[in-house]
Amino acid sequence: MRDHMQYLPGMEVLEDSEIGARVVQAMENYNCRHYSAADVEQALTAEYPSLEDFGALLSPAAEPFLEAMARRATEETHKHFGSSVLLFTPLYISNYCENHCIYCGFNCTNNIRRAKLDEAGIRREMEAIAKTGMEEVLILTGESRGMSNVEYIGRACTIAREFFKNVGIEVYPMNTDEYAYVHSCGADYVTVFQETYDSERYAQLHLAGHKRVFPYRLNAQERALRGGMRGVAFAALLGLSDFRKDAFAVGTHAYLIQRAYPHAEISFSCPRLRPIINNDQINPKDVHERQLLQIMCAYRIFMPFAGLTISTRERAEFRDHVIGMCATKISAGVSTGIGSHTKEASEGVGDAQFEISDERSLEEVIAAIRRRGLQPVLNDYVYI
Amino acid sequence: MSDKLILGGHEFSSRFILGSGKFDLGLIHAAVEHAGAEIVTLALRRVNSFHGNILEHIPAGVTLLPNTSGARNAEEAVKIARLAREAGCGEFVKIEVIHDSKYLLPDNYETAKACEQLAKDGFIPLPYMYPDLNAARDMVNAGAAAIMPLAAPIGSNQGLATRQFIRILIEEIDLPIIVDAGIGKPSQACEAMELGAAAIMANTAIATAGNIVEMAKAFRHAIIAGRTAFLAGTGRVLDHGAASSPLTGFIQA
Repeated sequence: MRDHMQYLPGMEVLEDSEIGARVVQAMENYNCRHYSAADVEQALTAEYPSLEDFGALLSPAAEPFLEAMARRATEETHKHFGSSVLLFTPLYISNYCENHCIYCGFNCTNNIRRAKLDEAGIRREMEAIAKTGMEEVLILTGESRGMSNVEYIGRACTIAREFFKNVGIEVYPMNTDEYAYVHSCGADYVTVFQETYDSERYAQLHLAGHKRVFPYRLNAQERALRGGMRGVAFAALLGLSDFRKDAFAVGTHAYLIQRAYPHAEISFSCPRLRPIINNDQINPKDVHERQLLQIMCAYRIFMPFAGLTISTRERAEFRDHVIGMCATKISAGVSTGIGSHTKEASEGVGDAQFEISDERSLEEVIAAIRRRGLQPVLNDYVYI
Repeated sequence: MSDKLILGGHEFSSRFILGSGKFDLGLIHAAVEHAGAEIVTLALRRVNSFHGNILEHIPAGVTLLPNTSGARNAEEAVKIARLAREAGCGEFVKIEVIHDSKYLLPDNYETAKACEQLAKDGFIPLPYMYPDLNAARDMVNAGAAAIMPLAAPIGSNQGLATRQFIRILIEEIDLPIIVDAGIGKPSQACEAMELGAAAIMANTAIATAGNIVEMAKAFRHAIIAGRTAFLAGTGRVLDHGAASSPLTGFIQA
């Protein structure tokens, strides 16, 4: 099998950046068993928590302090974001994928219904979403440069600008000039999940395709910022490997990027493994809601200014409680199939990547936000 | 007694400016009313929504002060200010140029550049800045209508962390000095007004109070108290006693 640390032809190498290597080094040095209750207490009272404090907050020693972490997180969220909660909808425009990631419903060996929206289809889906009142869209594709090339994604962004105030992308990692192109088409935010920062584990999970190249993915956020994007989002798919190490790596990555690119808007996502088509036997390891909340609160306390998005992978009640506490952004009106905003499932739409746990519409989520005494915000952004 | 705050030729009786970024929209009205605010700032990026328009929540008779938050350099600030004017937000603009997502500290150099361009474009620019005398002078020369130094990092509620430097601006700059960002308590607002600040801007302190209406009232009273004290001339506070046998007592008339 191909060496997952070797770049493929055409992949840009950031010779001048050490951020990826430093993240991996920090993660390897992180030992969650090293922390005591006193370390956690110190972290909880630090005015500007350090990476060491962050490590303590992610450790098993912090588990008994979850309530105190939630309180500190709530204070920070309130201080930095007031009562605002941002809303968005993800839109899947293609589920063709050339990668073989053994945990993913889109993986190229899975026999699912594949589909790709043409421009008319993209427009139709976006119009349907915009009609609900949504002003921010996140465009997603499976990772196939062949089936959804950079021009196709750029075109989708241009169409999105007609219907939405804010456009983000969650697609395969690109080179700097490609990010610059997609940015010129109207996208300003880039999300790339590293899945796991443990490169050995990464190699076992990503058997084939461009995605197998670990360092190219690791440097995606940096290339996106160099390409002119305003903000970048970070995540590990918690449960693929040691989730505490992965969460520590996510925070370290975001921290180092923010230091190198101080203007960058930073945000976190916190996906856990969910059941997928053809394989609902995968054990989500040990990331239960309690651990998930600990990680989310640790992100918030460590980087109180960063955005934090709560996924529809989580159930409605959990989502409603974490907004205002640590999450600042929530999706609504979600459907992860291709063409499913305008077509019935029987009409030959593409299959979904994963099952969602919160199917509420925008209107219902807005009502839930208000019930929490918070302010739903459809847009807090201007494209310039 | 007529004691008006004058900004770009416009007169205001109130010396409290309300920030709206962290509010539940429904509470802005209450905060304006009880704090006695005549000016409300709002981010163009928040106005720039298809619906749930924040402008509908601004009470009649209140002057809008759109800000350029989201701008990372002068050019972007100028673009946002022009969009704000097109959206019907008037001529006032609070220039915010922030190139730091962690502390949200303003970039004085880019702010001064934006100030110059916007003044030429006929705006009434109010630059939000880190309290640096040289930068403030540049902004005055660039056509600012007031200078808005930060008291502490935005949202921090830390009070007058930059007190000595704001004091220098008050002494040396002939325009109104409006203390912006970091004011966490009415007592801190009062202290800034006693120093000679022309007005106070606050958002987080009121938006995150347990009782917004009561906190808005407290700020109003604190600002009036501080202003009155400043106008009355506060008594000298000496850190040593006055010598009873003066060294110069031997001099003959």
